[in-house]
Amino acid sequence: MSRIFVVTSGKGGVGKTTSTANLGMALARLGRKVVLVDADFGLRNLDLLLGLESRVVYTSLDVLNRECKLDQALVKDKRQPNLSLLAAPQTRNKTAITAAAMAKLVEVLSHHFHYVLVDSPAGIETGFQNAIAGVKEAIIVTTPEISAVRDADRVIGLLEANRIREIKLIINRLRPAMVKSNDMMSVEDVLEILSVKLLGVIPDDEQVIVSTNRGEPLVLAE
Amino acid sequence: MTNAIADLLERLFGGKTESRDRVKQRLKFILAHDRVALTPQLVEQMRQDILTAIAKYVEIDEEGVEFGLESDRRSTVVIANLPIRGLRYFDPNVAQLELTLPEPPGSKVTSFDSAPAVEGEG
Repeated sequence: MSRIFVVTSGKGGVGKTTSTANLGMALARLGRKVVLVDADFGLRNLDLLLGLESRVVYTSLDVLNRECKLDQALVKDKRQPNLSLLAAPQTRNKTAITAAAMAKLVEVLSHHFHYVLVDSPAGIETGFQNAIAGVKEAIIVTTPEISAVRDADRVIGLLEANRIREIKLIINRLRPAMVKSNDMMSVEDVLEILSVKLLGVIPDDEQVIVSTNRGEPLVLAE
Repeated sequence: MTNAIADLLERLFGGKTESRDRVKQRLKFILAHDRVALTPQLVEQMRQDILTAIAKYVEIDEEGVEFGLESDRRSTVVIANLPIRGLRYFDPNVAQLELTLPEPPGSKVTSFDSAPAVEGEG
């Protein structure tokens, strides 16, 4: 039984793509077959965080336009063969893809992988609507900041309106010392405000930038 | 240094709200409005309509009115605190008669049995 997730946040820059890359790598290391789908059409980044940018030949748009086969577009990670990437096109084509096409794509992928993780673009417009098409569960990434939490709340409302009710929260970039001095919301504060289940908490860590520079998800260093 | 001492004194004697409490208050307020998707104009219109309805029965102290939306556990409630200045005996056939009672401090609409309950949950 495979599971299809969207990783989303509303606000940009809170760590969606970094979380997607690391979750995918961690699941693959546990022996699950994982495919990461970059749904940020026109502003793709997931390939960079995985260090796979030089190996991307075809993208999901080529698959949807039947210009290549699905397995030709999947980039298999050499460090971790259980992990594959379906990259987003870097140029935004006028012949925009539809939510129905995306839903079909993730459904087909779910027959070949245990986990399909769709990395959503920021915002709540068409790109977001396409990213949530066909997914069954959602992972919301937020930071303990007012704008990120507000946007997360908005996205939770939209997901529920789209009948995606399995929603879990990652609180990223928590700074325990600031929480202790009452200058940052705690995990409990954010959970109380958003009323969703917690998936995990990630402390703020400079090493994330280092691993991004190298194109090696931080979980690989474990 | 002086600032640091002032800061410490403020914290010790509760003069300063922690930024964590402040951000929670601000978020609860803003999310309540986001979640019902009402424009500020519509909220104001609702406030006016409710005040008009209540004013048929009792005289409201407009200065003390608190009205707004609050959010809790993904549900939103309308909160209205409407202090009563006096009872208004209203008969549409006769000229309006007002009777002003001595003002119990902080009284709310709900404390009057004869008045319709207003405060609270929507």
